[in-house]
Amino acid sequence: MSLTTADVEHVANLARLGLSVDETELLRSQLSSILEHIEVLQQLDTGRIPPTAQVNSLTNVLRDDVVQQSLPQIVVLSNAPQSRDGFFEVRAVMTEDTAEGGSA
Amino acid sequence: MHSDLTRFSAADARAALDAGEFSAVDLTRAHLARIDAVDGDVHAFLHVMGDVALAQAEAADVRIASGEVLPLTGIPIALKDILVTIDAPTTAASKILEGYVSPYDGTVVARLREQGAVFLGKTNTDEFAMGSSTENSAFGPTHNPWNFSRAPGGSSGGSAASVAAREAVIALGSDTGGSIRQPAGFCGVVGLKPTYGRVSRFGLIAFASSLDQIGPFSRTVQDAAIMLNAIAGHDPRDSTSVPDIAPDFRAGFRTDLTGVRVGIAREYTVAGMEPGVTNAVAAAAKQLEDLGAELVDISLPHTEYALATYYITAPAEASANLARFDGVKYGLRIDGATLQDTYRATRGQGFGAEVKRRIMLGTYALSSGYYDAYYVKAQKVRTLIKQDFEEAFKQVDVIAGPTSPTVAFGLGSRMDDPYQMYLADIFTIPANMAGTPGVALPCGFSEGLPVSLQLLGKAFDEQTLLGIAHAYEQAAGWHKHTAEI
Repeated sequence: MSLTTADVEHVANLARLGLSVDETELLRSQLSSILEHIEVLQQLDTGRIPPTAQVNSLTNVLRDDVVQQSLPQIVVLSNAPQSRDGFFEVRAVMTEDTAEGGSA
Repeated sequence: MHSDLTRFSAADARAALDAGEFSAVDLTRAHLARIDAVDGDVHAFLHVMGDVALAQAEAADVRIASGEVLPLTGIPIALKDILVTIDAPTTAASKILEGYVSPYDGTVVARLREQGAVFLGKTNTDEFAMGSSTENSAFGPTHNPWNFSRAPGGSSGGSAASVAAREAVIALGSDTGGSIRQPAGFCGVVGLKPTYGRVSRFGLIAFASSLDQIGPFSRTVQDAAIMLNAIAGHDPRDSTSVPDIAPDFRAGFRTDLTGVRVGIAREYTVAGMEPGVTNAVAAAAKQLEDLGAELVDISLPHTEYALATYYITAPAEASANLARFDGVKYGLRIDGATLQDTYRATRGQGFGAEVKRRIMLGTYALSSGYYDAYYVKAQKVRTLIKQDFEEAFKQVDVIAGPTSPTVAFGLGSRMDDPYQMYLADIFTIPANMAGTPGVALPCGFSEGLPVSLQLLGKAFDEQTLLGIAHAYEQAAGWHKHTAEI
């Protein structure tokens, strides 16, 4: 499995991960090599094997729908890089030109 | 008065504290002084909680005087810096969380506070627990107390080293693919990964949620059992923690192994294994036999696929879990022209190389067109690995083998080849895939460095596992050797 630079850039965009040109090239070669090792799984016929997502037998663990104490707003916001009026503050998600914010 | 209070196990310290031989403040001061003396060389700690520890020790002494003690009241403990605490920073050894102080305690931390335990500090780790040497820490590596030029293993290398260097009596770490057992092995201490679901993960910064499990490092099996007693049990805040009542994990302690069946898996001998490791583990198996156990040849046929399965599953889960580090709610923010640019810049500058590698690998395995070929395929192979253990445990009570194929490797020796680094966990990963418990414990030396025996047990039967481990430890006596620094 050999990845192209475009493959790496595509995955980095999906992961919202800024990479330098050097990092992109290093990851292209390292990920290609790791994926080669992972190819070993293709030797196994798993056609009739059910997948295991988690190992213990618990399913759909629910609690009663009752209001519980939660952390005070001021405490939750205390680690925020920027906050205002009780909100986390970020750059606009939607802009007049929504090309970046809306469709990325 | 004892000359060196850093040589006590938790069990012995409990007895001495309750008998008034020394106070919890004495015991805590001795460990803080030890940290002062050796941690410049070892670098096990990212944050030392001196004032917190002394206040906790004073409170513990009041409890001891009133007789209201629990097993860990006044016992100095180190916490891997991936367990959130309200009174010290939690960084996961990442620049993206530098200076972060959690608004709540993790469940295990809260349970230790209720016990009256003393928190010495937060220990070094590979960034977000991703690594096998603690070299991926953004704040510099930890050095193996047996030889400062060697790696302590990882990811919980700081916790392992803190116990080996007698800076802490017990430490907590987390094990996703071997991150407790492998560093315990490299540092010559006991490391226990409980069954998945045994210990609440609430307040453990998530790496791979279907694999992560918190567990102890200690210098004796008994101390590991005492710590597991303190932290195990259902927590409504972790929906994967099982509702069963946790038993007393010391209840299975024994000295004779008559009637015990110990599996020796043929797949746990691999090319590239060091002869010093092979020999020490063979001698340990012989000793188990001398104690009355029967050795049974078994097969875990899908072992060779476990590493590849892990390196799809764990990065895939990590790529989702680490999406929360985006510069909005906490931690680093590098401002960009748009919100998207802020995400990219924050994550690009905040994460280190191994974390980026795994996010990329995981995102790729989950991406459109590759999801079935990688992620679903790995989940199916995971079923086969789990079935291997279920079949094996129909024949045997525990499985014995090496914890790692080598003793502690040199710092820097594997950083250029990620896959070589991943191979350090070849014997520990299968138990995470199956969710079963495992314990690493000292079984000899090679090149002056500790060799480690790994015992793997049945799901939710840590009692049997620890009982056999305790019998071996007491008969073999390797736990009495400590790194003299």
